[in-house]
Amino acid sequence: MRYAMVIDTLKCVGCSDCVVACQTENNVPIGYCRDWITETVDGSYPKVDIELKSERCNHCNNAPCVRCCPTGASHIVEGGIVLVTADECIGCGACIESCPYDARYQHPDGYVDKCTFCHHRIEKGELPACVSVCPTKCMCFGDLDDPNSQVSNLLKERKYKVLAPEAGTSPNIYYLIK
Amino acid sequence: MQEEIFISGRHLPKIDPFLEIWHWQISTYLFLGGLSAGILFFAALFYLLGKENDMKATIKTATIIAPLALIIGLGTLFIDLSHKLYFWRLYTTVRITSPMSWGAWVLLLITPLSILWVLSYSTEIFPSLNLKFSWLKNFQSFLIKNRKLMAIALIPLSIILGVYTGILLSAFNARPLWNNAILGPLFLTSGLSTGAASILLFSKSHFERKIMSKIDLALIFIELFLITHMLMGMYAGSQVQLEAMQILVSGDYTVMFFVFVIILGLLIPAVLELTELIGFKVPIIIPSLLVLMGGLIFRIVMINAGQLTRYLY
Ligand code: SF4
Ligand code: SF4
Repeated sequence: MRYAMVIDTLKCVGCSDCVVACQTENNVPIGYCRDWITETVDGSYPKVDIELKSERCNHCNNAPCVRCCPTGASHIVEGGIVLVTADECIGCGACIESCPYDARYQHPDGYVDKCTFCHHRIEKGELPACVSVCPTKCMCFGDLDDPNSQVSNLLKERKYKVLAPEAGTSPNIYYLIK
Repeated sequence: MQEEIFISGRHLPKIDPFLEIWHWQISTYLFLGGLSAGILFFAALFYLLGKENDMKATIKTATIIAPLALIIGLGTLFIDLSHKLYFWRLYTTVRITSPMSWGAWVLLLITPLSILWVLSYSTEIFPSLNLKFSWLKNFQSFLIKNRKLMAIALIPLSIILGVYTGILLSAFNARPLWNNAILGPLFLTSGLSTGAASILLFSKSHFERKIMSKIDLALIFIELFLITHMLMGMYAGSQVQLEAMQILVSGDYTVMFFVFVIILGLLIPAVLELTELIGFKVPIIIPSLLVLMGGLIFRIVMINAGQLTRYLY
């Protein structure tokens, strides 16, 4: 099993519903977030191209954050999800330094926190909160190891990219592009 | 093509717009770790070479710095942890892939060892010291008998400690400034050099000073070579590495790097030590303190500038 998220940059309108849904679902402290929207503007009016997308931890196959964690607090569970066990984390910050996507933060309580792919929800067979609220249905979550899953089919049919592939992390958030 | 990226809904404390996760505590810790590695390495090396009577500062007096520096270093490292109460989790596991785990374990071995080493020389370092309890005396004579074993253990441990202070950073491919394999040997060399410089501060014998300044001089040249090598590697590297190099050669940290690290911390001490070796009188305290200052500022620059470099945004 290999969980992944496929996000259609052509459908995303940058409404930030996914950001708010995550903050609510996961009790993210105020001022922090586990996902966010980036807007890449290319050119200037009238010849302008704007790409909107929702970003978060990439649950990398080759996760540097897990590699560098001295206590094993950062670990990988079934489906390739990267999680942090709060009471094993010493707050050394190594994982934050190691993430090319800057997807982690220090929780005000001291431990390190980040996107969990809503592990508690998918265990119950539900979708991650961000995916379930997206009004344009631009996000799709599923198992890449299953060749018939919606995520696998989308990646077969459409052109896509991942973020900073040169960092060697083998990320699992795919962005559908033109 | 003009590309601009805006991020909305995100302003993470200590992460945006650039990382401020590691502060002076980590720079100090890396400096003190390297310094102790240097001192302990030379003490063990010259002990095994049978120079106990010629190199008193190296083998005996200067080694008091090592346990003090290690304990202060561990203290600053501890201050920088944000989930302090769980620090013991470091010692419930060994993570081969994590340099920080390696470092934690090496420190657990080398810190007590450095204390035992000083203890074994305590009556020589402090002649007025009177070991009151007979068990202390027995313990000391036990340590004296096992000095050779301690020295043999200290050599690899001090090298690992010295290299680790650099590998800790170079293992992070997310920070292009740190992500080069030179950092391990570079930090080791710098640590050995600061170790030699602090031994010079303690030494009273002409013979010993001469040996240690020659060693320090050689180390300074190796360090300059490795720094050049590091910059050349970045110059020939990818876009993110080029940007990282800019911070050092024409950016926010250029003055600190070239003036304080390269000129004041390496070139001037090298010239001063050379003049001294040729026979002119130079108070040894000047090049030694400059080397120590350069070593500390080098680590501050690397920690701070490294956190400015990133892949995205
Ligand atoms: S995106 Fe960052 S935090 Fe997430 S798995 Fe990859 S390296 Fe780790
Ligand atoms: S901050 Fe916590 S999760 Fe991150 S590397 Fe350190 S111990 Fe591991």
